[in-house]
Amino acid sequence: MERISTIRRTKDWFKFQKKMFRHDDKDAYLFTLPYVVLFMIFVIIPIVLAVLLSFTLFDMVSFPSFNGVYNYVFLLTSDEEFMRYILPNTIKFAFIVGPGGYALSFIMAWSLSQLTRKIRTVLAIILYSPSLTAGVTMTVVWRVFFAGDESGYLNSILLNWGIIVEPIAFLQSPDYLFTIMIIVALWSSMGVGFLAMLAGILNVPHELYEAAYIDGLNSRFQEIWYITIPSMKPQMLFGAVMTIVGTFSAGALGVQLSGANPTPNYSGSLILNHIEDYGFIRYEMGYAAALSVVLLLIIYFFSRISWKLFGEKD
Amino acid sequence: MAKKFHAIKINPKKFTKDQIPFLLLVLPVASFMMLPLLYIFNHAFKPFDELIEYPPKFFVRRPTLDNFFDLFDVASSTGIPVTRYLFNSILITVLVVGLSVFLATISGYALSKMKFHLNTYLTKINTVAMMFVGTAVIIPRYLVIEKMGLIDNFLVHIVPMIAIPVGLFLVKQFIDQIPDDLIEAAKIDGASHFTIYRKIIVPLISPAIATIAILSFQGVWNNADISATFINSDSLKTFAFYMSTLSSASNSVAGAGITAVASLIMFLPNLIIFIFLQSKVMNTMAHSGIK
Repeated sequence: MERISTIRRTKDWFKFQKKMFRHDDKDAYLFTLPYVVLFMIFVIIPIVLAVLLSFTLFDMVSFPSFNGVYNYVFLLTSDEEFMRYILPNTIKFAFIVGPGGYALSFIMAWSLSQLTRKIRTVLAIILYSPSLTAGVTMTVVWRVFFAGDESGYLNSILLNWGIIVEPIAFLQSPDYLFTIMIIVALWSSMGVGFLAMLAGILNVPHELYEAAYIDGLNSRFQEIWYITIPSMKPQMLFGAVMTIVGTFSAGALGVQLSGANPTPNYSGSLILNHIEDYGFIRYEMGYAAALSVVLLLIIYFFSRISWKLFGEKD
Repeated sequence: MAKKFHAIKINPKKFTKDQIPFLLLVLPVASFMMLPLLYIFNHAFKPFDELIEYPPKFFVRRPTLDNFFDLFDVASSTGIPVTRYLFNSILITVLVVGLSVFLATISGYALSKMKFHLNTYLTKINTVAMMFVGTAVIIPRYLVIEKMGLIDNFLVHIVPMIAIPVGLFLVKQFIDQIPDDLIEAAKIDGASHFTIYRKIIVPLISPAIATIAILSFQGVWNNADISATFINSDSLKTFAFYMSTLSSASNSVAGAGITAVASLIMFLPNLIIFIFLQSKVMNTMAHSGIK
């Protein structure tokens, strides 16, 4: 009896499914298939794999062996560098570069929107251009600017003005590296999100401002707060998401600038460098995966905040 | 009574005095942003004696093309000519840009205008995946690529770079603006979905196509990590990777000129393409909002 009813229920379920999918465009599956396959392989599977591996001991040679939450316990209790340097650095970096770059992008976009078309276009290209130099080029330039001997521009200027007597090895010095990373990250922070915000501000209908002006709005700040930002929430959210991605992708900056992983005294090491350190240098893949999961959680936390701020309630 | 408050003037037609404060706000930031790029331009054309000059001068006085010739000479003495790296980079970039544009537009069309059950799920997952930072899961990604046998394989430059969640998102948003009637009319005339895609959608979404082409170009042309992580044979590596080796090896002054030339070759295509397509990008960005 039991079995018969199970079979019947299964049959019904299939019939129901068939009905559900009958009106589907079959071509749609074909059209999305290649994208979905690649998306699965290179985005979804790595995330799932990271979660699974984070509960194992894995050295790339023997098969991963399950060891429960040991990696996370180790992370919280025994990884001294992580607690003392990596985590505080990552949080500090994220909180300065994220909101800082975001605010800077908005202020620049807002100012640009009030200039004439030609000037605006030229300035927007200039502001966006650092994001075009991603990665390699960026490091090359900044390394010369902050170079540790008198051939570095900053050292040369400071020596010339008599502010310092001996050149400072900025990129090798734990005192300066972090600040330099923040400057470079802010320098390249105006990416796609900035362009989206600029387009968003330009598309706020002018009648809205006129109406608010009649209703007694009386400062630029009120105008931004009550009209501009609420009218372009979707762009603000897109910008926020792009800022989060940009901020956490810039994690390799410290290593690129100083040329060493770990960076001098861990001063510029972020969680991303720690992952590479454990994964590719020490071959402790399980632990590196646990670190990846922590990083994904941090990113998720930041995106929740932006969704709360700008997401449309449904 | 105090000065009357005027509503903000967005996108003014003419330049007036009251725009000056905004200009003053943007100009310092813009000039700071421009410094490194000016540096590349100047350094690339400096003759040897200006490169070793102390104290270093920012601007070039007697521009020469010496560094360009040096770049090509040095490379050929290491066995693999620099043109080989350039060829790899160009080939990879063309393939990735073409394929990613095709996949993003055809999937974007399906997600936006076709009725099927996975529609909303795919759209949602893709939106969440936009904030996914690839480098975060670099280790499992490495394992996936290793299992697929892509290590030291030319395809590793291409296959992982094709699916771009942001690209799909922007295209889908853009196609959402196209009225359904247009597609319905074509269907009544007996057009297949692929014909609609080719004849109606593609011509209408050229701004979005330009935008993903740029995003995908930037992602792949500047990419040195893939060569460093997954490729062992020098002949399969890219120009971006070659440049990163230059920058770490060359502490010598002559190296600085070569590196600057290489940076210029890396940077210029990005800039030129963006300048030509910027109005299309701005057009796409107007529809970029996440709702």
